[in-house]
Amino acid sequence: MHSKTLADIARGLENKEFSSVEITENYLQRIKQFDPEINSFITTTADQALAQAKQADKKRAENNATLLSGVPIAHKDIFCTEGVKTSCASKMLDNFISPYNATVIEKCESAGLVMLGKTNMDEFAMGSSNETSYYGPVKNPHNSNCVPGGSSGGSAAAVAAGLAPAATGTDTGGSIRQPAAFCGITGLKPTYGRISRWGMIAFASSLDQAGPMTQNAEDAALLMNVMSGFDPKDSTSSEKPTEDYTANLNASLQGKKIGLPKQFFTQGLNADIEQSVRDALSVYEKLGATLVEIDLPNADLATPAYYVIAPAECSSNLSRFDGVRFGHRCENPVDLEDLYKRSRAEGFGEEVKRRILIGTYVLSAGFYDAYYLQAQKARRLIKDDYLKAFEQVDIIAGPTTPSTAFALNNQHKDPVTMYLNDIYTIAVNLAGLPALSIPCGISNDMPVGLQLIGNYFAESELLNAGHQFQQNTDWHKQALAKSMR
Amino acid sequence: MSLDEAQVHNIAQLARIEINPEDIPHYTRDLSNILDMVAQLQQTSTENVQPLSSPLEQNQRLRADQVSESNQRDKFLQNAPLTEEGLFLVPKVIE
Repeated sequence: MHSKTLADIARGLENKEFSSVEITENYLQRIKQFDPEINSFITTTADQALAQAKQADKKRAENNATLLSGVPIAHKDIFCTEGVKTSCASKMLDNFISPYNATVIEKCESAGLVMLGKTNMDEFAMGSSNETSYYGPVKNPHNSNCVPGGSSGGSAAAVAAGLAPAATGTDTGGSIRQPAAFCGITGLKPTYGRISRWGMIAFASSLDQAGPMTQNAEDAALLMNVMSGFDPKDSTSSEKPTEDYTANLNASLQGKKIGLPKQFFTQGLNADIEQSVRDALSVYEKLGATLVEIDLPNADLATPAYYVIAPAECSSNLSRFDGVRFGHRCENPVDLEDLYKRSRAEGFGEEVKRRILIGTYVLSAGFYDAYYLQAQKARRLIKDDYLKAFEQVDIIAGPTTPSTAFALNNQHKDPVTMYLNDIYTIAVNLAGLPALSIPCGISNDMPVGLQLIGNYFAESELLNAGHQFQQNTDWHKQALAKSMR
Repeated sequence: MSLDEAQVHNIAQLARIEINPEDIPHYTRDLSNILDMVAQLQQTSTENVQPLSSPLEQNQRLRADQVSESNQRDKFLQNAPLTEEGLFLVPKVIE
């Protein structure tokens, strides 16, 4: 029962093979049984889930249900959920009960999705291994000595272990795609502005974007239909109309041009991963696509530009955590400054503090032009590279990550080593483009991810390419067959 | 471009984060490593390149200056560490 996709569950509910209460209870039971080891949830919301499931069953009995009514889902603990603890995996928000719902949560509720709970993540979404969580690391369901990736590591692990059929994630520099690759699932980071950021706790506002994490591309399309759309509450939300993301899934790939950036296939890429990616690309050739080498001359500026821009925006966004209105407050402050300084010192973990400090420095008087302004100019160069490439090709393809999931406790001692895990994913956020990661192989028992990058608002085209690959290969099933308990 | 300990102390003060004196050396090392990594930006020619602050470069929408939210003061105060009569409490600021 727990290996069903969203589409399977929707069909099963419609055909009365099982009720929403039954399938919800099944997932809640599995979380109870397996999550003490995996640690993919910070909070489970069993009572609310069963109430929502009952409601969905009632609607279905009255012929009042929509496609996903009664289908369970897990939400990353970065989304505000009314009346439910919303911690962002930080001690700072360990006591925070959100007074409102994020737009993504509202949309999922309106679609009848049943919330199983809130998933673990890197603290404030800052990390690539899930080890910066205040609630402890998440274990990769493929190998409990390995990280699940991050920051949406809890969401990825929950889906891979069959503790939730799908989950929401957010992606600021790779935080949906990298854990999707490490855990052998499908993850879509949509175009900047496609999904509302309202109620999604901000890390770097010009980069943050929510998206679906699922077992396959078809399910990602189903969730895109729920999650995406203009939101007047988010001032950077796109007014472009949404589409039915499932409509194009079965389109032919005949004649599509797939660009391979020469900068993505150089030193530093693990040989097994390169082989899996090249094998995947030959599947696309068989499906009628042509491969074209392309040049992204400023690709190596992405990581440096990101580690100026993201910390700068982080230091500004996280200034709201001051121990006054919500969140952690230190004991017995002697004055207001002591209150701020100790509350923030005690409430934030190491990586978050590092990024706030870097961000404060690059924005400070005398350094702003050399760092922040220069990084924004580099950002333009990176975006222009992609615009130029998309004059030539329909989709850009390459590896999602330079290696498979690495061992726990391995890399976090040196932040820069950790930052280099995101070399293939970061530029997409700087440019604001959509990108999909799908499983395309297995190396030493660990899944490998293929990244497909699309032009602005080409989510449908990416999901089509992902679905066609998954109709003609079974890597997505092989990966999950190993990780589901 | 590396930082020294006095600079790290100053940055922490600007960010209003208390750092224990014994932790200053490792912050100095980590932050310097990050700045070394981003130093590549300084070697890049960006003459006549316009900075890009947001990927879609759309105009920020404005909304009418109208009340759209109801007053939920008591609900919001439930998350506050210390309140009194509908106000957030902080240590005395003015002597």
